[in-house]
Amino acid sequence: MAHDVQNYNLDQKFDFNAGIKKSLLTILGIGAALLVIGIVMAMAGGGHAEEGAEATGHAFHWYERLFANVWINNVYFTGIAIVGVFFFAIQYAAQAGWSAPITRVMLSFGNWLPYAALIMIASFFLMGHNLFHWWHAELFDPNSPEYDSIIDGKGAFFFWPMEKGTFPIFYIARMVIFFGFWVFFFNKFKKIAAAEDQLGGDSHWFKMRSWSAYFLVFFAVSSSVSAWDWVMSIDTHWFSTLFGWYVFASWFVAGLSAITLLTIFLKGKGYLEMVNENHIHDLGKFVFGFSIFWTYLWFSQFLLIYYANIPEETVYFVERLSSDVYGPFIFVNIGMNFVLPFLVLMTRDAKRHGVFLKLVCTLLLVGHWVDFFLMVQPGTLGHNGGIGFMEVGMLLVYGSAVALVVLGGLAKGNLLPKNHPMLEESYHHHI
Amino acid sequence: MERDTHFILGVYEDEDVLLHAVKEVRSTGVKIHEVYSPYPVHGLEHVLGYKRSRLPIAAFLFGMLGTSLALTMQFYMMKFDWPMIIGGKDFAAFPDFIPVSFEMTVLLAAFGMVGVFMVSSNLKPWAQPRIFDVRITDDKHVMAIDIANNSSMEVEKIKEILKSSGATEVNNKSFE
Repeated sequence: MAHDVQNYNLDQKFDFNAGIKKSLLTILGIGAALLVIGIVMAMAGGGHAEEGAEATGHAFHWYERLFANVWINNVYFTGIAIVGVFFFAIQYAAQAGWSAPITRVMLSFGNWLPYAALIMIASFFLMGHNLFHWWHAELFDPNSPEYDSIIDGKGAFFFWPMEKGTFPIFYIARMVIFFGFWVFFFNKFKKIAAAEDQLGGDSHWFKMRSWSAYFLVFFAVSSSVSAWDWVMSIDTHWFSTLFGWYVFASWFVAGLSAITLLTIFLKGKGYLEMVNENHIHDLGKFVFGFSIFWTYLWFSQFLLIYYANIPEETVYFVERLSSDVYGPFIFVNIGMNFVLPFLVLMTRDAKRHGVFLKLVCTLLLVGHWVDFFLMVQPGTLGHNGGIGFMEVGMLLVYGSAVALVVLGGLAKGNLLPKNHPMLEESYHHHI
Repeated sequence: MERDTHFILGVYEDEDVLLHAVKEVRSTGVKIHEVYSPYPVHGLEHVLGYKRSRLPIAAFLFGMLGTSLALTMQFYMMKFDWPMIIGGKDFAAFPDFIPVSFEMTVLLAAFGMVGVFMVSSNLKPWAQPRIFDVRITDDKHVMAIDIANNSSMEVEKIKEILKSSGATEVNNKSFE
């Protein structure tokens, strides 16, 4: 039988030319300018915030808003990067054939992981004390008026084996181990992929499948624990047993949207000719399905808390829904991440055509940033938060930096896994 | 020539031949009544030129019916028929109604869709199926052509077209 894929240029490489770089750098520049405007405004507007802070005894500083912004984007873009690797591993563990030509697109998002690790660890040391309420020694001192018996009970989760309230060595160790293994697995995948391109044969595919399975086991645990550590511990008193899944779902939808957008972008530039509307349809179904999955988790969390009406649990939603700053965003969140994608992507045609998918994926990328904004800001900034120049600027800066790193990594390797044993199957994929 | 039969059947042995034959026969202007095969042939509905199924519209309408029935039922029961205070909430607490409304939507959409499909496909329990050729339940694909729909064409001509498109047999078939 003739191998139809051989008609295509299997050695194609993504050309990360000056034009794309220039437009990304322009976005970065606009973002940086907005960020500076935001910082100046926050510094000048400090007086207003002080009044409210007076009552709580905790003065608000303008840089706390900057810290919260850094943290939102750290968590959000780390999620997109690791979901790229996760989705890649899923393809191999499930022995999927349809996705063969876009596996390298998924993997390329992992290029952000080493940077994400450095930025997150550095910003934790710089800003952790301001962001995380639990990093205050007086909470753990029974003689202090600030003593908090509930947080004292949870203290070992952050500070073990050190004394509570000193240095969160257990927390930092988890962060380092998670990022270490994620980067390790990413490099492993990259190495096997490069060897497959050079040597061919299906032994690399089997090797990749085994390593994918190991990674998925590790990711199952680490994704949940990192969600507790990096997001849920901001509201130290409060807990939700499905929070790990909720954060994972948010990451997954954002990551899938990014993968779909990058695939459509590459197709628009004339690469990946063998990816047709059938493959796009499959990606669209993933985006559609998992945005509903995210809603299911969001609503499960909300309904149980609403129904049981226990003050320790409802505080999370009271803090958000009854606030002038965050209240409207709860509905913006549901509208952007559920209602609009659900209605737009419902029909088969919408999932097969790039125009609708581009629209919905962009919407979802912004929408899930709003989701993380709602997770982080109320607990760190209270009524001093909101979406202003600083938030938009920081998102643009991070987004374009991630795009620069990801596309730079993508341009280094082959765009198509030319010796993938299922490339032919994917070429004939038809749904 | 006299029209002494209702259908002409082309019998095919291979699905690839069948797919090409459908394209060929349609291009000559012959209208195909239906193609029968023992298993789903990928792409057959595409070459036959079938329009998009309208079943999703029925599913949507039945789903909406389910949602409105569920919401009406819950609002009536909880607000008017037997108001009860549960967890300190309002009598008509909307978030509580969502799971039941969702389930009723799915239930009615599914049942409605199955029902509509059965009615539109004539799958009544007492309906007598028209078997064109018993081998379509085993190993042969059969293309049925209704002569009444192709009155402008000679029967012999149609038979020739079927033969040249790869049919191993061409038979006549009529039903009482």
